[in-house]
Amino acid sequence: MEKGTLEEKKSKRRVSLTGDDAIAEAMRQINPHVVAAYPITPSTQVVESFARFVADGLVDTEFVATESEHSAMSACVGAAAGGGRVMTVTGSQGLAYMFEVLGVTSGLRLPMVMAIANRALNSPLNIHGDHSDTMAMRDMGWIHLYSENGQEAYDNTIQAFRIAENPNVRTPVLVAIDGFQTSHMVETLTVEPDNLVKRFIGEYIASYPMLDIDNPVLYGAADRPDYYMEHKRSQLVGMINAPEVIQQVGQEYGALTGRYYGLVEEYRMEDAEHAIVVMSATAGSVKDVIDQLREEGVTAGLLKVRAFRPFPAEEVAKSLSRTKSVAVLDRCGTGGAQGGPLFLEVRAALYEEKSPPQVINYIYGLGGRDLPLRHIKDVYLRLREIARTGERGKLVDFLNLRE
Amino acid sequence: MKKEKLKKWQELPIGGLILDMGNSSETQTGDWNPNRLVWHDDTCTHCLLCWINCPDASIKVKDSKMIGIDDYHCKVCGICVEVCPTKPKSLEIISEEVA
Repeated sequence: MEKGTLEEKKSKRRVSLTGDDAIAEAMRQINPHVVAAYPITPSTQVVESFARFVADGLVDTEFVATESEHSAMSACVGAAAGGGRVMTVTGSQGLAYMFEVLGVTSGLRLPMVMAIANRALNSPLNIHGDHSDTMAMRDMGWIHLYSENGQEAYDNTIQAFRIAENPNVRTPVLVAIDGFQTSHMVETLTVEPDNLVKRFIGEYIASYPMLDIDNPVLYGAADRPDYYMEHKRSQLVGMINAPEVIQQVGQEYGALTGRYYGLVEEYRMEDAEHAIVVMSATAGSVKDVIDQLREEGVTAGLLKVRAFRPFPAEEVAKSLSRTKSVAVLDRCGTGGAQGGPLFLEVRAALYEEKSPPQVINYIYGLGGRDLPLRHIKDVYLRLREIARTGERGKLVDFLNLRE
Repeated sequence: MKKEKLKKWQELPIGGLILDMGNSSETQTGDWNPNRLVWHDDTCTHCLLCWINCPDASIKVKDSKMIGIDDYHCKVCGICVEVCPTKPKSLEIISEEVA
């Protein structure tokens, strides 16, 4: 696998950036052909910073400031069908407003990247972080990558292009960070040299670009019942091929940068009896709690899901099959389902296991609600109690809720 | 009427794209309407008003003469029957049961 040159290793930069600016920095290096966006808290800073790069002539991007998110995604669809490398940024109500065009993007197999600063959905109106927005679009045919911190946001944005544009995938990818916890928190991270990023993502070769007037092609034809199912089955091919490509791109990126990525990340899972499954920023807090608890003799571990779509059921089952009790933390309500979206996936993934662990679900952090370390510690202590007594108790509960 | 051959999902271009331009003629629209259009060549004067007005190019013409109906595409909308000037009409819609 290709390694970075010595000169490139020397020109790595350690910089302090917010999560939003980490994504904007990746976008500067990627230099997409088109970015169409409409500002929405807490992702606004990505677009603001990128607009400055455009104004300063640091990128060649055609920046389209649209009148709404629906228009932003529509402009992205047009630009991608035209043959461009395309990106947008949004979250929350903005993502909800894009909804009908999200399915067009994935149905037309347009490889684009969308960064999301996760935020709650109305009502009540709330601008703070939770995963309700991307979870509401979890079955729109997009690949979902969740980032723990600014570094992962930067790394995922770069890798997302390689995943989306892979000829066997050709499916749009969203890169999510936790609103405010990651989008507005300043962290020190490594920024790779421009030429390394440029080489890694490579020249974009569009397939069937509409601007190739010598080879006309029609996008967006109608289907009657005699063809719709065949087209939806053919769309699934990208999703089925995605896990292998996500892992392969994560390995290649690791060889170049020293930071390797997979579908999931395990933390102290080798001998863990009690595990938490969680996505994004909270994984960082959980790691801290695990280190404390390990010193107290609690065999705690973490399984962080990076790729939520396609869901890595095999990896999740393999990792959790050795444990005795598992708590899945969902930063999203149940909406009347049997639990949060992550919980449903994890529990289903364990159904084939001969002796699956007990699995419970916690809803946490809605609308930016803090999750102090002691609450995470309480979860592990309850997991240990479940393993000891065999009594599971309440299946779905809330963390840090007044009641 | 020959039957349209339906493709398997593996045979379809990515993203539901249409790569061969002008392939709409391959789509069988003739079975959308259970009724049938018939042509009476004994009263037809070959004025071609039906050909001018047909929205689906389903009136078959050769050497400025009408020669028949393209049943594979004709949706039996009835416009040709409306515009046909002969008495009795040279084009007629017959119901599913009779057809």
